[in-house]
Amino acid sequence: MSRENILAGIKKNQPENRVLPVLTGLNQSTYNPLEQFKTVLQGIGGEAIEVGNYQEIKDIIAKNYQSSDRIITTLPDFGDIAENNWQTEDPHTLENVELCIIRAHFGVAENSALWVTEDILGLRVAPFICQNLAVIIPKNEIEPTMHEAYKRIAMAEYGFGTFIAGPSKTADIEQSLVLGAHGSKSMVVFLVG
Amino acid sequence: MKHSELSVTFNKDEDRVDWHDQTLWWVRQKRDKAAFQLPEWELLRETASQIKHNVLGNLHDYLVQFEANALKNGITVHWAADADEHNRIVHNILSKHGVQKMVKSKSMLTEECHLNDYLAENGIEVIDTDLGERIVQLREEPPSHIVLPAIHLKKEDVGETFHVHLGTEKGNKDPVYLTAAAREHLREKFLTRKAALTGVNFAIAETGEFVVCTNEGNADMGAHLADVHIACMGFEKIIPKREHLGVFLRLLARSATGQPITTYSSHFKKPREGQEMHIVIVDNGRSTQLGREDFRNSLKCIRCGACMNTCPVYRRSGGHSYHNAVAGPIGSILAPNLDMSKNADLPFASTLCGSCTNVCPVKIDIHDQLYKWRQVLVKEGHADPVKKLGMQAMTFTLSHPKVYQNGGKIGRWFMKNTPFLVNNSLNPWYKQRDMPEPPKESFREWYLKNR
Repeated sequence: MSRENILAGIKKNQPENRVLPVLTGLNQSTYNPLEQFKTVLQGIGGEAIEVGNYQEIKDIIAKNYQSSDRIITTLPDFGDIAENNWQTEDPHTLENVELCIIRAHFGVAENSALWVTEDILGLRVAPFICQNLAVIIPKNEIEPTMHEAYKRIAMAEYGFGTFIAGPSKTADIEQSLVLGAHGSKSMVVFLVG
Repeated sequence: MKHSELSVTFNKDEDRVDWHDQTLWWVRQKRDKAAFQLPEWELLRETASQIKHNVLGNLHDYLVQFEANALKNGITVHWAADADEHNRIVHNILSKHGVQKMVKSKSMLTEECHLNDYLAENGIEVIDTDLGERIVQLREEPPSHIVLPAIHLKKEDVGETFHVHLGTEKGNKDPVYLTAAAREHLREKFLTRKAALTGVNFAIAETGEFVVCTNEGNADMGAHLADVHIACMGFEKIIPKREHLGVFLRLLARSATGQPITTYSSHFKKPREGQEMHIVIVDNGRSTQLGREDFRNSLKCIRCGACMNTCPVYRRSGGHSYHNAVAGPIGSILAPNLDMSKNADLPFASTLCGSCTNVCPVKIDIHDQLYKWRQVLVKEGHADPVKKLGMQAMTFTLSHPKVYQNGGKIGRWFMKNTPFLVNNSLNPWYKQRDMPEPPKESFREWYLKNR
């Protein structure tokens, strides 16, 4: 009943239509997308590492994590160093994950955000509940701004998708920036190619 | 209590006021730095404002379109005419699932509706999971800022609160230590609660999805672990198409904190398998505001808080002095629509300097609206009697030149010869400042001598 009343009230009171603006000229950036991505990521508490191949990534992970650490991935190529058969489990079972390795569709230079969707997350909660997050993207998959990003995903179909930019953070205690609020405490992006 | 009276309380601790003032100004400067990096910044603001204008003119159709698409996506859609209906809808969903404990991420709408109190009265425990909101919740205070809920507190206060409620070491005020303690405390809540409530930053008509932005990841931790996800939104959160998010997400975090984007910008389109997802679309006075030509632009607000960080009155009086869920300049133009007599003081809590309007990412004419609300409130009989008396005295003085001339002379004589008569607590202008030296003569006297 409220639905009809609310909608009727809106119809009565809404102003005349004005046309939508065109979304052109909104990217006036001059930077190199890859370099900008790396700089911004560092500024927001993440880490960018350029690698030539997956083996280099595995070596870096082996150096930084112990065999007792629970590592999960959705990438078959990393099946030798991480679990990749957890996607149908109850999401709560991921509470003890130390590192989650995923790929992203692409990154955005202006804010170092990475676009990921349900199909590459395995479980929606995976990139949030893990203590540390590693994301892999090809070096040439960096869009300059959010406008190019949304051009890419304008028609995309997903149940859930998110832009992730760096580790979770808070400044709610006297404006002191602390990394690791509720989501991952660290985020490393491997730029491959 | 009125804004001016509540400000007196806040102003008792001068050091703290200075700290509050400087900290928010520092956030404002971070916003400037982020904005100036984009040559297209002003074009972005103009574009965002125009998109929102289009939204206001097509709200009916966009909402119908949004609802149809959300339903297609498997989301249940509810409509609430007011705060009470909103609270009852949320309660019904929780009751149906036998839920007695819920996690909630930041939602100013639920503050506006006083949902937590309502659910508590009905035996349901709500845990606020944004760190700042959890801090103020433990202290039984409302948030004092829409983006920085605990900005009125110092780390000593948080340390003491956590010592009492979370058992942290007495006297430890290290933000890293305290944040880690909150992380552990709230992780247990995320893992055990069956229902999660989130706000909505943007709802997209074209796709029926909604976007929630956080830095902490608390909205996602709650929603992805819960069996039931309830998202509550004021109907003005709607935008036409997904591509418009590009404009708003570029503006939101830069305006709010100077970040290029929030850590997480999550797009919820369908419930995950086995999950129930609900959207509650709330009016609560918004359709009335939509009909007020002078004030409808306030519905463009994307809740970045930039107008608060820049406001000289907000910075020196604190968010609690606004006695409204949304404080600061934007709160002061939204609140009179909700309750004119209760919030009649708020449009007067401004110097009309216009700084809020200058930083607003969707170009709301905030200070003009503050000025216009004053006219409306006085016409409707909500003027402060003291102010009214003062205005009448001033009208009389200004329309009688002799009275004006003598009044000035007498005033100057008293300020010079009996300063204790003006420099005392009975004179509101003397609060937190000294009265200026009186001039030797008025301009009129000088002119008569020198023309």
